Amino acid sequence: MRRLEPAAITGVMSREVANFRSYWKSTTFSSVLEPVIYLLAFGLGLGSTIVDKVEGLDYVEFVGTGMVATAVIFSSALPAMFGAFVKERFQRTYDAILAAPVDVEELVTAEMLWIGIRSGFYGCFPLIVSMLFGLDPAPGMLLVPLFAFITALGFAAFGIATAASVAKIDQFSYVTTLVITPLFLVAGTFFPIDQLPEGLQVLAQFNPLHQLVVLVRHACFGFEATDLLRLAGLMVFAVVLWREAVRRMSKRLID
Amino acid sequence: MPAIELKGVVKRFGEITAVDGLDLDVPRGICLGLLGPNGAGKSTTMRLLTGQAIADQGSLRVLGHELPAEAKEARAEMGVVPQLDNLDVDVSVQDNLAVFARLYRVKDVRAAVDKGLELSRLTDRRTDSVEQLSGGMRRRLLLARGLMHEPDLMLLDEPTVGLDPQIRTQLWSLVDLLRSQGVTILMSTHYIEEAQRLADEVAVMAAGKIIARGKPHELIAKHAGRETAEVYAPPERLAEVRATAEAHGLTVRPAGPAIAIVGSERATDGAIPPEAIVRAASLEDVFVLLTGEEAE
Repeated sequence: MRRLEPAAITGVMSREVANFRSYWKSTTFSSVLEPVIYLLAFGLGLGSTIVDKVEGLDYVEFVGTGMVATAVIFSSALPAMFGAFVKERFQRTYDAILAAPVDVEELVTAEMLWIGIRSGFYGCFPLIVSMLFGLDPAPGMLLVPLFAFITALGFAAFGIATAASVAKIDQFSYVTTLVITPLFLVAGTFFPIDQLPEGLQVLAQFNPLHQLVVLVRHACFGFEATDLLRLAGLMVFAVVLWREAVRRMSKRLID
Repeated sequence: MPAIELKGVVKRFGEITAVDGLDLDVPRGICLGLLGPNGAGKSTTMRLLTGQAIADQGSLRVLGHELPAEAKEARAEMGVVPQLDNLDVDVSVQDNLAVFARLYRVKDVRAAVDKGLELSRLTDRRTDSVEQLSGGMRRRLLLARGLMHEPDLMLLDEPTVGLDPQIRTQLWSLVDLLRSQGVTILMSTHYIEEAQRLADEVAVMAAGKIIARGKPHELIAKHAGRETAEVYAPPERLAEVRATAEAHGLTVRPAGPAIAIVGSERATDGAIPPEAIVRAASLEDVFVLLTGEEAE
């Protein structure tokens, strides 16, 4: 049997779809409500009192477009981390799947693709909500699901690799505090990164979430030539983390 | 060609050698009971056979496929029933089966699901979530899930562990059905009755090795003789009976609150006390004598 068989990957994804039917309402509810709350709090709150325009955009537009990245990281890295750990350790789902003709590479790839598709979809919600707050539709926005999907693949792989590396579920606190929160805060969602010290500005360029924020804003207000480089960077991020997730999960699942 | 061929298989976990030079052949069409106490290496052997563990030494061939290189091909032709329930509890009964039909590349998923529901006698519960099922129903579903692709070989890893006797009997009927259809079965268990009832042959495993193998009646005849005398008495009296029997060259083993004098048909006068209850020798006698562990 060859590597990365589509039948194995779609088989694993069909399990995710079957499970998703039982929890889609709660996930969708929070995915819609969260951007509304953020937009009300930051966009309308700060926007109407302290901040007027940022980088030539209304603050609501600035935050609304940036929130896509927030939706992506929170619907990819965290579900991947907790989901993979629970399925591996507590539910023993991965044991069941690996007893069928599926290998670890296919399992990890399917999990990443499912999370990527889900995040690509949920990542668009902040934009849709922002339109209700005055963001004008633009043709470039049609590419936002793709940008969100590619970025989410990388973060899903990051989550799976993390799940395969920790001994206890509590250790995720270190990862959320030391990795996910800083990435989220220096993505340029709530304030432009050029207000950060120079060193952090350079570091932010390596933050995939920042690259996604920029791509989404450009999709809404006009692309630039460098956006192809940003997209390539996100693809490299996804591929590198994919291989790492496969490596670490193989080590965890195969004795 | 046997369904399973293991030669000199060794599997270590750090300092612990879980499987220690294991040689095991399972001919096609039989049910082999892998009987051993906890920690004997049964579950590790099962994981080696699915490629979920990689042997440190030795060769493994399953249904003609060399492991671990062709583990995926081997898994496509075998079904596995795990020791622990790993069904998706929030998902319906039929969807649990459908997912595995797809994983096993079954062409007609709907027909396979219907067949699985029929086998597990859950047709009228098909849309219920697994969470709503009883323990016995979940076990039947696990077995049906492993059979979605009509495999040539089934690996049953302690299939009835922790189940009450009634549910265990239901499962045994299903395993019996598979045997009658010619499916090769390797079943690990530490329940003597299960092995005696279902297995054509029994391999007793201890400390990572097969220490005895044969048909149940052959093993009994070879290791335990024809009869066993059980004595129930206070500890002081048991100690006295044991000493007398051993002095007559008989083998004595613990049997819960009693002692069992194995091969009592060979006893000379006075070796067996009058209060002893004589019964036919059993696989349990063999198991305890060979492994030194109390049977369950």
